[in-house]
Amino acid sequence: MNLNATLFIQTLVFVILGWVTMKFIWPPLIRAIEERQRKIAEGLASAEKGEKSLAEAHNAANEIVKEARIQATKIIDQANRRSNELVEEARGTALAEGQRLVSEAREEVALETSRARQQLSKEVAALAVAGASRLLGREIDAKAHADILEQLATEIERG
Amino acid sequence: MRLGLMASESGDGHGFSEYIAHHLQHLASGKQTALFDSSIVHWDTLFFSLLCAAVSLYFLRKAAKRATSGVPGKFQCAVEMLVEMINDQARAMVHGKLTYIAPLALTTFVWVAVMNAIDLLPVDWFPRAAEVINVNYLRPLPTADLNTTFGLALGVLLLSFYYSIKIKGLGGFAHEFTCAPFGMVKLSFNPLTWIGAILLAVVNVLFNIIEYGGRTFSHGMRLFGNMYAGELIFFLIAGLGGSVTIAGVALHLLTGSVWAIFHILIVLLQAFIFMMLTLAYLGQAHSHH
Repeated sequence: MNLNATLFIQTLVFVILGWVTMKFIWPPLIRAIEERQRKIAEGLASAEKGEKSLAEAHNAANEIVKEARIQATKIIDQANRRSNELVEEARGTALAEGQRLVSEAREEVALETSRARQQLSKEVAALAVAGASRLLGREIDAKAHADILEQLATEIERG
Repeated sequence: MRLGLMASESGDGHGFSEYIAHHLQHLASGKQTALFDSSIVHWDTLFFSLLCAAVSLYFLRKAAKRATSGVPGKFQCAVEMLVEMINDQARAMVHGKLTYIAPLALTTFVWVAVMNAIDLLPVDWFPRAAEVINVNYLRPLPTADLNTTFGLALGVLLLSFYYSIKIKGLGGFAHEFTCAPFGMVKLSFNPLTWIGAILLAVVNVLFNIIEYGGRTFSHGMRLFGNMYAGELIFFLIAGLGGSVTIAGVALHLLTGSVWAIFHILIVLLQAFIFMMLTLAYLGQAHSHH
């Protein structure tokens, strides 16, 4: 149990050690700790924010998909309608064309018929003249009996 | 008295007690007869306490230098846990500026713990090594020297005076010293109130002296007592190993291991208690009565 000058030296060392720690050791450590605490807090906050924005993005995506689906249905409807219209239009055109072709053909037939009949009547007239001349035994002057022939031809044509 | 013998070398109880007495002899600058002698210093206590201070500061500084706010290493993590723990304790116990107090608490804990840890080294290592350089007395455990523990307690006492005066002013401190814990008589023209005031002030001052003295004494004594007793028990256990019989060696191994393991707790616990008391006393200096 010997107390001596060591006591005061130890007191001094104690106080000086505290000062050295305050100057050179404590500040960087506590700064690092506080900095890390801040970083962790920020990280947690941004994680939360990220989660929230992810949820928002999900919602937005769903919205877009829904809208796209609606639009797609609309487009399909429109296309269907348009195709029906096209089919209808084509049918109308085809029908009109057909009718036109038929009526043209009919006109042609009528024209051809009348032409054939004219031809035929002329030939019949010629045959009639030839037959009459043979019957009479002589040449019929076509010029002299032109009016008769003409009449005949008309009759045949009419008949 | 060049001893340093193991107990059994002289073969009787006298040798053993001499062995212990030798181990309790400080390497002093002179022979001390009085309880207090300011002309003498304990070189061993100073050397080992400063060595421990250097070791503590070296490791703490290393941690401080490498401190980053990024992912910490294991060592940095350990130091930071300690710093954070002490910072929390300081904040809870001292309501005031912690610029000096919290770092002081950190050093106190680390320094005292490192000094205490010397006790875990085999008791003959340092004294035997010292004999090689002709140093015949050596007590390597600074906290088993009253000069160290009372030195620290005295430092805490002076700091608590400093903070008391700094925060409450010299008048406030004097008022607290004379008017707490029993209060003060209200003065009037009645001379009895004057007498009462003086009597009460005397009692208050006495109580304050007892309080400051008592707590400083117990502060220093608690650490000293624990470490001194621990050291003594290590000496006794080392004495067991002196008899090189199977029983002696086995007992030495068994008791030495058990006590050393138990002592790890004491080393840290006493350092922690010392730090907590330091904070508590400095915290009291910050509170108003």
